[in-house]
Amino acid sequence: MVVNCEHVWKEISNYLDDDVDAATRAAMEAHFKECKHCTAVLSGTRNVVELYGDDRLFELPAGFSRRLQRRLAQPITSRFGSSRTFWMLAVAAVALMVGSFSLANSSVFRRPDVRSKLAQPAHKIPPALMVAVSSEGRVFHVPGCKYLHKREGESPELMTASNAIKEGYVPCARCLRQYLSAEVECPRSRLGDEFALRSQEPVAPPPGF
Amino acid sequence: MGSMPERIQVRSADSADLREQELLRRVQAGEKQYFYELVKPYERRIYTAAFAILRNEADAEDAAQEAMFKALTHIQQFRAEARFSTWLTQIAVNEALMRRRRAHSEIMEPIGERQDEEGNYTPRDFADWREIPSEVLERKEIRQKLTDAVGALAQKYREVFVLRDVQHLSIEETAEALGISRASVKTRLLRARLMLRDLLAPGLNGSWFGKVPFMKGSKPW
Repeated sequence: MVVNCEHVWKEISNYLDDDVDAATRAAMEAHFKECKHCTAVLSGTRNVVELYGDDRLFELPAGFSRRLQRRLAQPITSRFGSSRTFWMLAVAAVALMVGSFSLANSSVFRRPDVRSKLAQPAHKIPPALMVAVSSEGRVFHVPGCKYLHKREGESPELMTASNAIKEGYVPCARCLRQYLSAEVECPRSRLGDEFALRSQEPVAPPPGF
Repeated sequence: MGSMPERIQVRSADSADLREQELLRRVQAGEKQYFYELVKPYERRIYTAAFAILRNEADAEDAAQEAMFKALTHIQQFRAEARFSTWLTQIAVNEALMRRRRAHSEIMEPIGERQDEEGNYTPRDFADWREIPSEVLERKEIRQKLTDAVGALAQKYREVFVLRDVQHLSIEETAEALGISRASVKTRLLRARLMLRDLLAPGLNGSWFGKVPFMKGSKPW
């Protein structure tokens, strides 16, 4: 195996690291015996490796060790600067949360009580209770309630109370008052009274619906 | 850290490894006051690795300190598969690389930056300066010249050179620390060594030493 100068330059680093195969090493050594240029490159490169490998070359800045020891002495929480700062930040965060909560519940931001009894929550109404709605109104009723307003000739639509609530209807404060939290004075409806006495089981629509 | 920790004594004279293992065991067991003693032998190494990437003393010191603090914080994650010094160096390299990315600090246009990494590098100076005694490193101006020369290398060559030839990491460790292939490490290392040789040859060939008797180098033509 014979190598030329270019080959030697390409492998000279591996040669110094003893990272070439035996044949290449032998060929390079034969080349060095005859080539002053490559021998100069080899010795210069070896000097570079030796000089830079010396621990004395790079000096630490003055006071480095002292500053490092001080840094290492800081508590692990020092991402936030210091433990004192950390705790101050934590207390401030908790205070902020409590303050926000109190403010949210204060009269300034609290939602005012609903004024219309029609808007009373309908959560006590049995979900399976069959109720009637009309295309014009936003209130659902016990089928037959006289307060169910509908167009002339229109038949009320029947659905379960849960579906009516889902669709945004509110319960009639008259015929469904037994389920609402507030009582209202209202004229008695025939069917309303009747249904008011019934249990909370699903109610079948009266004949005619 | 509080008061100075007692020095850990081990019997054997050549017991640096055993001592390191004992220190490691104690630090991992929660005796963090021994951590500085554990990393003290590597202070210079860690600083140099950071300096090779950041090229600024203050930034390198910050990065080195932060790296050692992180090592302390995550000491439980160190496993004995790697050398402790390698693990530390990798943390320092990562810290320095992260800071460099953050600062977008690649502003110099050092030697070799525009050269194709895979292309052949032709040495420019064939002066023979084979007899350089290590005593030259006692001279501050020589150290400065050598530091300046390595600083003049392009980033990718400087990183590899410092980790491999200054930190004495293996090819594999260097590749792992920098996230590059072994082949890239070898190619960049060759380039870095030859470029440094070219950069230093004129000075080390005589002008930096005057009539220093050990300088026998001469142009072969």
